[in-house]
Amino acid sequence: MTVVIPDETPLAQQRQQRLRLWLLLAPGALWLFFFFVLPLLIVMLYSFATPGPTGNVIWEFNFNSYITLMGKDLYFNAYYRSLWVGIQTTVICLLVGYPLALYMTLAEPKQRNLLLFLVLIPFWTNFLVRTYAWMIILSNNGLINDLLQFLGFAKQLLYPSAGAVLVGLIYGNLPFMVLPLYASLARFDFTLMEASADLGAGRWRSFWRIMFPLTVPGVVAGSVLVFIPTVGQFVVSDLLGGSKVDLLGNLLQRLFTRSNPPNWPLGSALALVFMFVLTVIVIIYFRTTTEEDR
Amino acid sequence: MIDVPVPSSRPRSDNRSTAGRRLLGLHTWLTYIFLYAPIVILVLFSFTTDTFGVRWTGFTLDWYLRLARDTRMINATINTLWVALVATIISTVCGTLLALAMERYRFRGRNGMDALLYLPIVIPEIVMALALLAFFSFAFGLLESLTGIKLRMNIWTVIVSHVAFCISFVVVVVRASLKGFDMRLEEAAADLGANPQTIFWRITLPLIMPGVIGGALLAFTLSLDDFIISFFTVGPGTNLLPVEVYGRVKRAITPSINAISTIMLLVSMGLVFLSQFVQRQRD
Repeated sequence: MTVVIPDETPLAQQRQQRLRLWLLLAPGALWLFFFFVLPLLIVMLYSFATPGPTGNVIWEFNFNSYITLMGKDLYFNAYYRSLWVGIQTTVICLLVGYPLALYMTLAEPKQRNLLLFLVLIPFWTNFLVRTYAWMIILSNNGLINDLLQFLGFAKQLLYPSAGAVLVGLIYGNLPFMVLPLYASLARFDFTLMEASADLGAGRWRSFWRIMFPLTVPGVVAGSVLVFIPTVGQFVVSDLLGGSKVDLLGNLLQRLFTRSNPPNWPLGSALALVFMFVLTVIVIIYFRTTTEEDR
Repeated sequence: MIDVPVPSSRPRSDNRSTAGRRLLGLHTWLTYIFLYAPIVILVLFSFTTDTFGVRWTGFTLDWYLRLARDTRMINATINTLWVALVATIISTVCGTLLALAMERYRFRGRNGMDALLYLPIVIPEIVMALALLAFFSFAFGLLESLTGIKLRMNIWTVIVSHVAFCISFVVVVVRASLKGFDMRLEEAAADLGANPQTIFWRITLPLIMPGVIGGALLAFTLSLDDFIISFFTVGPGTNLLPVEVYGRVKRAITPSINAISTIMLLVSMGLVFLSQFVQRQRD
């Protein structure tokens, strides 16, 4: 038996390695460059352009769109409302999701798998369909109103309303909170709680001093996964809020497609400032939560 | 997709904690009712005879039969399936290659690439959608002024856009399956004289296949369910299922929408089952 010795010099081998790496990287990296990075750069370009009278864009560059953004209450209020709705949704999802994830962790393996699977189904299900389901329930002749009448109350206009939007957002995003929380809790060593109890700590004290700090990574991941899509969405507020709840996503959609005429430079500026604000908030959030951890 | 570890330890159950556990259990079941009641009601009301589709007045399959004759809806469904299929194939190939490059090689710009890969996952979907709309409009305008060729947004702009956000998800899933990879298997194959091509096709790919299939299933689901990016990147001439459903929902609730929603729901459930099955195979 002979051992085949490759007749390559180290240099040729190196070159081959580099070629192989390039072939692995190129398709995906180029795709992301052309259809992700470049589009964001073009949005940046648009944000400095001038809106034309028919919704077209005139390539004269200035800061007018940004000045408009800073000057009008309409835009400031949209930011404020969106962030506030995002915070409400995130906090409620956390309050509902943490005990749920805890129960899942403590359950028998068979039951645990079932519970996990039942959270995964909505996670993989169309957001639009799940929002639509609430339209049926909350509609004027729907189940909740039937129930109200049965109990002797008057019919209520349940949607469009801010409350309906909040319910829809919590409903849609809860699985995104539960899964990272569960992943974090499943790694938690529960004997620590027993140790804490043996040392005389009460249940609340043990929870706040031991379990919660050690599961902060899950809390952070879940909160970010809920907060970002909530602040940027427009489907739930459009369907369940009607024109009553005007969030950033709705404003962006109008500026790009529906308003008369569309104003792409202003929309671009709004989107970029939005991304900037969001990034700052998420970074601050990461910083403060990891410091508490120490 | 999300790595789900098995709890490392379980507490002794003692009398002190049973009341707390009961409360947790009650909370859990109420939450599951909250999660599932709307879905059950939606499915139920796709069989109701009520023409508004919000009350139970009797059983009928009429809405499904109407759906079968609804050519707009059928075309939209075919388009959506086509988009999801093509986008899945492209993003799975690109994503798997990228995952291999990221896990196996050290190179300049690797950290930057890492960050770039996470961006499409964390960026608000609407910003990405608007950026793609702006990009296509800009690129097509430029093309027309330079060459006179007129292009418009159609099904291909949707496919291109879907690939752009699916790649990152595929990379995350495939990288997870590469993490536990036993490199000695490849070394053994090389020692036995296999060339790099043989090693890839006979050793590496079969071993990471569950990850690749998991990534592909996730990409398929994401593409199938995507509304926002489709809405902004599809031209006026093409019809996609989520966009069509959205348009109709905006007008009114109808039992036909309940029926198509139920079908979409069943497809999603089938995909979860499939992905769970693939994950079991991996373990």
